[in-house]
Amino acid sequence: MAEPAAEKTLLDVVTEADTDKNAKGPELTGEINVPRVEEGRIVKGKLSGAKPHAAKPEIMTALGFPDTLVDNWEEAAVKRLGELLEKYKSLQVYLDICVRCGSCTDKCQFFLGSGDPNNMPVARAELLRRVYKKYFTTEGKLFGKLAGARKLDLKLLGDWYAYFHQCSQCRRCSVFCPYGIDTAEISMAAREIMDSIGLGQKYCDMTIGKLLEIGNNLGMNPKALTNTLESIEEDIEEEDGVPVKLPLDVEGADILLVTPSADFFASPHVESLIGYAKVFHQAGVSWTMSSLASEAGNFGMFVGNYTLMQKAAMRIRNAIEQIKPKRLIVGECGHAWRIAYSFWNTLIGPFDSLDPNYPAPQHICEYTLDLVKRGAIKLNKEANDEFTVTFHDSCNVARASRMGSRPGGQFTIPRELIKASCNKYVEMDPATTMEKTFCCGGGGGLLTDEIMETRIAGAMPRMQTLHAVMESDGVNFMALICAICKAQFTKIMPKYGVPMEVAGGVHQLVGRAIELGAKE
Amino acid sequence: MSFEFSGKTYETDDDGYLINLDDWNQDVAAYIAEQEGVEMTDAHWEVVNFLRTYYKEYSIAPAIKILIKEMKKMFGPEKGNSAYLYNLYPAGPALQACKIAGLPKPTGCV
Repeated sequence: MAEPAAEKTLLDVVTEADTDKNAKGPELTGEINVPRVEEGRIVKGKLSGAKPHAAKPEIMTALGFPDTLVDNWEEAAVKRLGELLEKYKSLQVYLDICVRCGSCTDKCQFFLGSGDPNNMPVARAELLRRVYKKYFTTEGKLFGKLAGARKLDLKLLGDWYAYFHQCSQCRRCSVFCPYGIDTAEISMAAREIMDSIGLGQKYCDMTIGKLLEIGNNLGMNPKALTNTLESIEEDIEEEDGVPVKLPLDVEGADILLVTPSADFFASPHVESLIGYAKVFHQAGVSWTMSSLASEAGNFGMFVGNYTLMQKAAMRIRNAIEQIKPKRLIVGECGHAWRIAYSFWNTLIGPFDSLDPNYPAPQHICEYTLDLVKRGAIKLNKEANDEFTVTFHDSCNVARASRMGSRPGGQFTIPRELIKASCNKYVEMDPATTMEKTFCCGGGGGLLTDEIMETRIAGAMPRMQTLHAVMESDGVNFMALICAICKAQFTKIMPKYGVPMEVAGGVHQLVGRAIELGAKE
Repeated sequence: MSFEFSGKTYETDDDGYLINLDDWNQDVAAYIAEQEGVEMTDAHWEVVNFLRTYYKEYSIAPAIKILIKEMKKMFGPEKGNSAYLYNLYPAGPALQACKIAGLPKPTGCV
C-alpha cells in the first residue's frame, strides 16, 4: 500500500498537543515521591503529546539531512539503525543485554516529574529495542510480537519523536543499571535515525546550523561579539574601578578560553564570564577568546551525529592554529566539558602545539582553584556573606568526564572553589548529588519553550531537594557550572515559586570574592 | 505559520515570531503585545525601539547587560535593572520583548 504524502506524514508524526505555556510546577515539599503506575494496564502516556517543533526544510538541508520525511522512511530508518549497530557495538550490546530488572525505572527525573511510564528509562529504550528485535534478531524475525518485536510504524515513530525528546541524555539511569546500559546512547541513536530520515528537532538542528554558519549557538557575529565584550569591560571598570579586559582574537596569547556563547549574552551566565576575566586579570596572564571558537557547546552530540559534532569542534582546532596558545581552558558548560574532556582529542586532536605541562583541555574551575591554592589570587569570602550556597552537579560533568588529576575531581574541585569563595555552604541530599545528580530538566537539547511541561517535570526532583535545603538551612544560591543549567533554572524556578536569582554560576561567586588590584 | 492583522498576512515561526524584520510596524507590535497580555507604555516602546536599532546594526538582539545599561540611560539608574525589565516584560526580554519588537527568537543556551 502506498504511503501517505510525505508532508502530511511529517505533520502526523510531530503534531503537538496543546501545551500549557503557563504551566506551573507542583507544590514544593522537599520530598521526591515516586509516581504510582497501575500494574497490568496500558497507560496512555501523560506527555505523549509533548513534542518539540520539527526542523524546517531549510534547516535540515543545511545540515545535510533530507528536507522532510522521506517516502521510504521505514526502510531508511532500519538501514540507518543497521549502520549505527555496525559502527557502535556498544549500541548493540545495550539493545541486547537488558534483562528488565527494573533498577532504572524510578531513577529518571522525567519519569519522577511526569509519572509517564514511557519515561522509565527501560520503557524509553524499549521503543527502539522493539524495532531492533523486529529487523535484526532471529527471534524477532521468527516470532514477532511474541518476542517483543515491533514494526516501525507512524504511531511508533511519533512516540520516538515524543519520548526521545524527553530524555536529556544525562545518564543517571545508567549509574543504577547493573549492566551499565547507557540510555543516552540509545536516545542519541534514535535522534540520529530520525534526522537521517528527515525528521529533525528544530531547537537542536537550528542551533547547530547557527554554530556552523556564524560561529556560535547564539548566532552572534564577530562585530556583535566585539561590541558585547567592550560593553562588559566598561561595566566592570565602572563597578570595580579596575580595567579588567575581555580580549578577543589576540594571536600569541598564552591561554585560549573557549566558553559557551550564552556567557556573552544571558544572565546569570555573564556574571561567570566576568569572574573568569577577573581571575585571568589578577593572575596577570595573557589570555584571549576567539571569534572562530566563540562557542564551547556542541549540539552535534545531542543529535547523535558524529560528523556534525566533529565539524562543530573543528572551529576550536582552527582557533588554536590561528592564536597559537600554550594552554586551552574551557568555561562553565556541562556537555561542552564532556566533549572537551572525552572527545576533543579524537575529534580535533592531538594538541601537540600546546604546552605539555598543562592539561589540554583544562576546566576553568581547576585553573582557578589552583591559583587560589598557590596564593596567586585571593578570595574574600565575606563578599558572598549574603548567600548560603549549595551546588548542583551538572550531569555531563558528573557522569561523563573528570576534572583535575584525581578520580572524583569533577565533584571535589568545584566544591573546593565554592567553599573558598563563600562562608556558608550546604550540600543537598547525597542521594541526588555527585554521580547520582539529577539533570536540571533542560539538558540534551530540551531547552526549548514549546516543551515547557517536560522541562518543568524534569526539574521536579532537583527543585524538591533544593527546597529542602532552602527550608532547613536558608540556602539562597544554587551554584552551577553549565550554561544549560543556568538557563533552565532561571526559567523554571519561578514556575515553582522560587526567585530566578537563586540560580547562578560558580565563577559568579569567584568574581564577587576576588580581590583585585596590587598584590601584597 | 502566519496571522492576519489589518488585512495583511504576517508570516511567523512556530512560536509566533515575525519572519520578516521589515513586516514590523507599531500597529502589529501593539497587536502582538496584546496577544502576549502586555500593555504597551512609553517605556515598553523605548525598549522595543532600542532592540530594533541594535538588531539592525548587529544582526542579533543585544545581550541582557547591554539592554539594561541602555535602560539606565533611558529611565535613570533606579529603573536600569533586570527587575524593571521583567516588570515591563514578565515573560522575559528574549521571549516577550524580542517577539514584540519583531526580532527572531534567540537560539542556544539562553
